[in-house]
Order: sequence, then C-alpha cells, then structure tokens
Amino acid sequence: MYNYSDFDREFVIERNRQFRAQVARRISGALTEEEFKPLRLMNGLYLQLHAYMLRVAIPYGTLNGAKMRKLAEIADRWDKGYGHFTTRQNVQFNWPALTDVPDILDSLADIDMHAIQTSGNCIRNVTADHFAGAANDEVMDPRPTAELLRQWSTDHPEFAFLGRKFKFAVIGSQNDRAVLRAHDIGLQIMRNSSDDLGYRVFVGGGLGRTPMLGKVLREFLPAADLLPYVESILQVYNVLGRRDNKYKARIKITVHENGIDSIRDKVEARFALQRAAFGGNDQQLFADIQRAFAAPKFANTPIDSFLARQNSDPVFRSFTDTNLAAHKHPDYAILTISLKKHGATPGDATSEQMQVMAGLAEQFGHDELRISHEQNVILPHVHKSDLPAVFDALREVGLATANIGLISDIIACPGMDYCGLATARSIPIAQQIALRFDALALEHEIGALKIKISGCINACGHHHMGHIGILGLEKGGVESYQITLGGDGTETASIGQRAGPGFVYDAIVPAVERLIYAYLDLRVDADETFLQAYRRLGQAPFKAALYPAVQVAAE
Amino acid sequence: MTRPFTDKILTANHLQTGDAIYWAADGWSRDVAAATVLRDANSAEQALTRATNQPQTAVGPYLAEAALTADGSPYPTHFREVFRTKGPSNYHHGKQEQAHV
Repeated sequence: MYNYSDFDREFVIERNRQFRAQVARRISGALTEEEFKPLRLMNGLYLQLHAYMLRVAIPYGTLNGAKMRKLAEIADRWDKGYGHFTTRQNVQFNWPALTDVPDILDSLADIDMHAIQTSGNCIRNVTADHFAGAANDEVMDPRPTAELLRQWSTDHPEFAFLGRKFKFAVIGSQNDRAVLRAHDIGLQIMRNSSDDLGYRVFVGGGLGRTPMLGKVLREFLPAADLLPYVESILQVYNVLGRRDNKYKARIKITVHENGIDSIRDKVEARFALQRAAFGGNDQQLFADIQRAFAAPKFANTPIDSFLARQNSDPVFRSFTDTNLAAHKHPDYAILTISLKKHGATPGDATSEQMQVMAGLAEQFGHDELRISHEQNVILPHVHKSDLPAVFDALREVGLATANIGLISDIIACPGMDYCGLATARSIPIAQQIALRFDALALEHEIGALKIKISGCINACGHHHMGHIGILGLEKGGVESYQITLGGDGTETASIGQRAGPGFVYDAIVPAVERLIYAYLDLRVDADETFLQAYRRLGQAPFKAALYPAVQVAAE
Repeated sequence: MTRPFTDKILTANHLQTGDAIYWAADGWSRDVAAATVLRDANSAEQALTRATNQPQTAVGPYLAEAALTADGSPYPTHFREVFRTKGPSNYHHGKQEQAHV
C-alpha cells in the first residue's frame, strides 16, 4: 500500500489549515455562502436535505486496518455511528456539524486521508478493480497506475476548474469489475502482441441524463506514455468541452459532438508535444509506486480446516459459495463482505462493523481492505484455512450475508433520504426488494442478477448498468420509478433500455417481482442468467410481464 | 396570467448544524409546526428578503408550498419537504427524531 511522503503529508495539513480558517470566516460572516460553497465543495463538504455530508476519498478503494478504524472513530465521535460506502469507492458521513469538519479533516490527515477533490469540476477519486492485486485473471495490479494518476491529478493547476467533473477508472484484467466504460477515461492494462505492457484507453463514457459507453481512443498505449497521453486528453477536453450548458459539459458530449476520430487526432497532436515535457520523472515515480504495492508474502499451508467446515456446515458452505472469488494463489480467497444484509441500507457500515472488519484485515488479511463500487467491503487476501474464523467473527456483527452478486446485492444511491439533488428515494426500494425476495426464498434460485437504483437522473446508482435498473423521478407530485432492462457494466457493457411508463412507490417492488417470475419461466435452464435470457429474447416478454394486458389496455 | 398565491412556509438549512429550519414568529425553528404561514405574495417576499439577510444563521432560504392541519399548524405538501421534516426513511435516525430545540 502506498504511504504518504512528507510532501503529501504537508500538503494535506496545509490544506486543512486553510479550510479551518475558511470555516471560521464563514461563521464570522467574513465569507458569504456564495463565496464559501466552492471552498467547502473542494474539501468534500456538501449541504444536503437534513445535514452536511462529508465525502472522504478512499483512493482506488484501498484501505488498511488503521484507516478503517479511523473511519469508525470519526463515525462515533462526530457522526451517528456509521459510514456510507459509495459507488466511487468513497465513504460519506451524513451528519457532521460544519464546526466539527476541520477537526474531522485533521483526524483523517493523521492516517493520510482527506476529502480533497471528492467534489467539484476536477479530476475525482480514481477508481480501480476492487480485486486489484488479488484476482487470478490479472495482467497487472491496476493500483500503481491509479496512484500515479492520483498524484498527477491532485491539485493539478491546469485541471482544477474543468467544465465538469472528470472520472478515471483503471482495471488490470480482461474482466471488467470497475464499470470502465462508464468513465470519462477508462484504462485497461494489457499486453500487446510483443508482450509489452500498456493500456487500452477508453474515453467519453458516462451515465447521468445522457448515458454513453466509452469508446476506444487508443488500442494500445505504451505504459511509459500514460501521463503525457492522459494530460493531452484533458487539455483537448479543457479547450473543446462546452461550458455553456452543464448538461453538455462532460467529455462524453465533447466526443459525441466532435467525433472520436477528430478527438483522437487532436489528442495525438497534443501528445506529440506533451511527451517531451515529461522527462522521465514520471517513470521514476511510477517505479517507486509499484514497489509500494508489492504483493504480500503468501503462505503455503494446508486448507483442510476450510474444507472440513464446508462439508459440515451448510451455512458456511453457502457463504463461501456465494461470497468468495478466485485468488491468484490457490490456497487463498478473495472474500467480499456484504453490506447488503436483507433490509439494511446498501453501503452502510456501523462503527462496530468497521472495527471488526479492520481487525479481521489485520489478523487474517495482510492488513488490506477494499471498498467496491458495488458498495461492499473486500478482504482481498484471506488464507482459506482462516475463513472459518473470519466467517464466525463476521456473523457476530451481521456481516455474514451470503448474497454477493444476487438480487439483494443492490447498488442504491442515497436518494431522497439524504441527497439534496434526489427526485425520489432509492434506499427503501432496495430494502423492500431484498426483504421480499428473501421472504420468497428465491434469491439463490434466481442466481446472478444486478439491480441498480438511482434516485435522480444523475445516476449515482448506475441504474443504466443494472440488468434491472430503477430510476426514481418525480411525476405529478409523487415518486415514480422507471425500469430499464439489459444494462451491463462489465466487459460486455451495454446501456439498459427503458421498459415503459414508470411505477409509483408502492407498485415498483411488485413490478420487479413480475419481472423475476417471467424470467424464471422464460429461462432455458438454471444456468441462463437474467441478462442472458434478456439478450436472447429481447424486451418484449419482459415488458409483457411488467405491463399486463389489462393495464396496457387501460392506458 | 399569474397563478393565484398559495400558502407557503419559508425554510433553509442552519449554517452550523445543517439542520432543516423554518421561519417562525420568534426567529428560526426546527419544528415545522411552529413555522409562520405566509398567506400572500408580499409577506412571502418580505420574509424571504429578511431570511436572505441572515446568512450567519440560514443557508439557502426558499419558499415551500404548505397546507394547514385541522388545528391550524402548517405542514409542507411536497414529499421532498415532508421528508425534510421527518429525516431519512431507511431507518429512523435523523435529528428530527430528537426533541425539537
């Protein structure tokens, strides 16, 4: 794991000192809200429906035990005893008082964390595959690249006031677990035919009101050219991107309006100039960063206790069948801890749960934790013989739900329960869907299914990428929920298509239930997933289930 | 043609705590039932102007549609504003769960 240098530490401390003074000036009346708002947003502080919200960056979703413990302490001391993990692998505290925020930021600085660039029209927290460094399908760990981008983009003077926010994601595998093509720039680490390392560069992806999948800008970019190349993309966007209309200001619109070929030509022209400006210091830095992400020393010890428990305990068996992913070392597993207990708020963890996860990481997980964009927590390196103990400890605090990748493993944005931008609630819909299918005991029968819920058009809940997407809007003075079908956020990405008119709050869960029963009837066999069945059959039979004939005739 | 004025309340967030607050007879209140009902455009505009001039207490004051209960207390009519009086619905833990201060 990368540790701050003295330079990094001084930078954050100085920034916190500035913000403390800005808060004092706001409270004294020396700054107006209009003057203060961009300053607080630059430090991750929003004002929402019921309170301030502080969004803390978790670079590429990587934490260690000490950082997780600090988040728990902040939740207890200054908030309401919990944190909310987000689809950008960050954590949000929903209840801080403005006057406490400088102390919270100082507390974060103690463990090399901050809230800088978690808001505003700048380069945001770089996300990465949450299985980074552990997955058995990995070409290379994407986190050194993400860290290089983090250092390059932090307080980058040229890109502090972009036309709109700008999001990077990095993956190191053919399998995309980071929704790469929904990002302004997506980087896929790969090897070319000469076995050289480099990146496939996607540009112009994004969700929101105009969802678009990123397009390939460069099929193969040599690894050493990364920073001059992405800097060239940003420069082209900074000049060409629209500033007259914030809904048309993202690079996806710039790419759409100018065409990918024209953007490519401009980027390549810039790149020819930029490349010389990077005199190799970036590569020296990258080499240093890579050393900080060296893999832990894995143990070759027997896994008999794991196999014995699997054979004797069906609950443990179900948990390990559902929540484990293949690790690059055969005696290890990647364990996803579900923050989606049926009926719970997706992404919320209590301070007690955070402390337990921190302790498990320290004791059994090489002191590593990851936050996934799917709002779960990952222990990336657990020796299989330790899984029984980890499971028992998780079960004590309500963290042993066996539902990863299933219908109740729902992404939900905070929605109108917290967010000032929301047009409808999303969390209670997720809670009700999870409880309903748990009550029906159908979850494992249904199999792999991704439901993603957003409470407004901005799509923080990635609804377009859900096999079933739900978008909450206001219609006629009440909450109304539109369903999209067939979205996919992986390497076979597609944008979900709207199925038809929206459903009122009380009708959305029954509508999802009709969809699921239709799928169970329509699938070839239990191995055909919802998405596969949808791609085979198209929208018609699912639409028929959503809108029974009587209802359609009445419209 | 201008639309006829309908009853309003004036609301904002408290600068230091972020709490939802309501314009009331004796200053700002966290209790919507104590909010002053603004029954015509003039009084609404005056209240908004006065609230805007209190930036050290209130952030982002705005008018919200309101109606009256049988006992004459105001309540907001839009669901967003109703949520602001109640706190999050995922589980009950908002500041609104605490005694009004």
